[in-house]
Amino acid sequence: MKTLSRIFMILVFGILYIPMLVLVLYSFNSSKSTGNFTGFSFKWYIELFSAPQTFTALRNTLILAAFSAIIATIIGTMAAVGINKMKNKYIKASVMSVTNVPMMNPDIVTGISMMLLFVFVGSLIGLSEYLSFWTMLIAHTTFNLPYVILSVLPKLRQMDKHLPEAALDLGCTPLQAFFKVEIHAILPGIITGMMMAFTLSLDDFVISFFTSGSDFVTLPLLIYSMTKKEVTPDMYALSTLVMVAILILMLATNLRGEKHRDKLKKRIKENV
Amino acid sequence: MKKIIFAVLTCVTIICGACLMVSCNPGNGDEIELNVYNWGEYISDGSEGTLDVNAEFEKYCEEKGMNVKVNYTTFDSNESMYNKLKSGAVSYDVIFPSDYMIERMIKEDMLETLNLTNIPNYQYIYDRFKSPFYDPDPANVYSIPYFYGYVGIIYNTEYVDAQDADSWGILWNEKYSGKILQFNNPRDAFGTVQYKNKIDVNTNDEAKWRECLEELKAQKPLVQGYVMDEIFNKMKNGSAYVATYYAGDFLSMYEDNDKLAFSTPKEGTNIFVDAMCIPKGCKNKEIAEMYINFMLEKDIGIANSTFTYYSTPNRLVNEDPEYIAAMNEVHENAMEYIAPDFIKDEYEGEYVATFYKNLDDQTLQLMNSLWEELKINGDSKIGIYIVCGVIAAAIITFVVIKVVKNKRKLY
Repeated sequence: MKTLSRIFMILVFGILYIPMLVLVLYSFNSSKSTGNFTGFSFKWYIELFSAPQTFTALRNTLILAAFSAIIATIIGTMAAVGINKMKNKYIKASVMSVTNVPMMNPDIVTGISMMLLFVFVGSLIGLSEYLSFWTMLIAHTTFNLPYVILSVLPKLRQMDKHLPEAALDLGCTPLQAFFKVEIHAILPGIITGMMMAFTLSLDDFVISFFTSGSDFVTLPLLIYSMTKKEVTPDMYALSTLVMVAILILMLATNLRGEKHRDKLKKRIKENV
Repeated sequence: MKKIIFAVLTCVTIICGACLMVSCNPGNGDEIELNVYNWGEYISDGSEGTLDVNAEFEKYCEEKGMNVKVNYTTFDSNESMYNKLKSGAVSYDVIFPSDYMIERMIKEDMLETLNLTNIPNYQYIYDRFKSPFYDPDPANVYSIPYFYGYVGIIYNTEYVDAQDADSWGILWNEKYSGKILQFNNPRDAFGTVQYKNKIDVNTNDEAKWRECLEELKAQKPLVQGYVMDEIFNKMKNGSAYVATYYAGDFLSMYEDNDKLAFSTPKEGTNIFVDAMCIPKGCKNKEIAEMYINFMLEKDIGIANSTFTYYSTPNRLVNEDPEYIAAMNEVHENAMEYIAPDFIKDEYEGEYVATFYKNLDDQTLQLMNSLWEELKINGDSKIGIYIVCGVIAAAIITFVVIKVVKNKRKLY
């Protein structure tokens, strides 16, 4: 049984990671071909940093992801706090389902409806060009919102209800109570939500496709437009770099969590 | 710890804000933005030591005392480009549609006529590319050809007999079963049948289209896959033996695998022209015309042609010894593939090379629905549906039984 479970685990990890490993391997290939590995080289990495188009697209993607994640986190946290304080559970449930709509909707529906909305509003206020960076930002923030709300709400529920009350008792205004007490209790949820929003916005294609303007291209859009000809291997190099960055980020957060837990354990022991 | 996180977040916000400011308003207000919308990978973009054409154009404008910034974006198909423009949500200054799409856009009044005095290099375009069927009026020119090309058969000489490869019939040849690649778009896939059976590719006759569908259905078991860009890898590494694609792309595959060969099928084939146009709503028509003219400059044309390997309608480039030498380095007979005789003879030879023309809406819908019928229909898929159905049914019955049992326990 034990060997069986071990085999199963290897299989699962294999399926998860082998495609990525192949990608990493071919990002070091010296030729364009993905069929045979002709030699080790850093050619595509150098290429990546000398091709202006890829670089602009990467910069655009990061700017868009960071901004939409930050805005979605702020709005989402406020929304979660509000929803948590609702007394009437029917209203609460209906508000929750409304906020979840962008998450449940297929991307293509969100994308097209967003585009129609922007065209409609744009023609109402008489813009010459309806779609731009800003419309993309609005669209990305919208689909990021429910993920932030969903990761902050449980933390709010876990938090001791009397914590903000105690702060109010000790002379804080409600706003101060939120910033000095509540936010610290729900910070892990906020950070998780923000990271999720960031990664979702980073690899979104469908919604970006419908809401992007004529002067702002993100990486997924750029890669898609290459599919009539060939996707160049500098994209493999780029994907490898992104993957490594995410791996480091995940390791850092997890290690930090472990350290924190150790500290807590120590403190509890000392107190006992 | 939390303070550090907040500090980091603030820093990120500020840096991003700064980047955004830089990317949105680069300082001086007299900067002109030129929005260019082209096919992906269809311009010399500065990768692998090539010339960065858009940067060169910005430099060229700077010398003339203008501050121009090129916003270069790319599309993957005529249809997605058309939809984006038609939605009215974006404005572009220069676009690169193909022949039939230009015809349609002229009909729908989506393009501006060009002022040829601003495009002096138009004189270097071969006469046979002037006043084409899609843009016939020499007094109102809407498009300047950028590249042209044609479809042919690419095959691996290690596994395929050369005598099989001179006809579209090779795509139905059972000898190469499982090693044949077919186009993954309806127009080109139906085109292969139409050329094989000598049916007009622009026919409106429903029966003829249905006839083609039967052929494609018969071909389906022999085909390894319906693909577009995967053709490059599959042909280069030898996992497929026969494919149809564009002559220019054959040369770039040949660079990595010299066992590949190209043939133009004897029954005739499809040629296309991608041209530069200015859509209605363009903000800087003169700069856009300057850009179009710039693309026809000799050095720029050579840079683009040696980047894409597609055929150029520009005499300055096509007859340049340096360019020819560069192409011959890729393949010893490169120019035969790039500028074949049947195009030199102004399509007048016996050889039939035809354009895809704009189909009427009804035929277009018919073609798309037939294509879906081809893709969905298949025996191999039914098994998968059955397995999925059985699993779903099992899960549902399991859940229902559980629920019923629990309810019984309650009473």
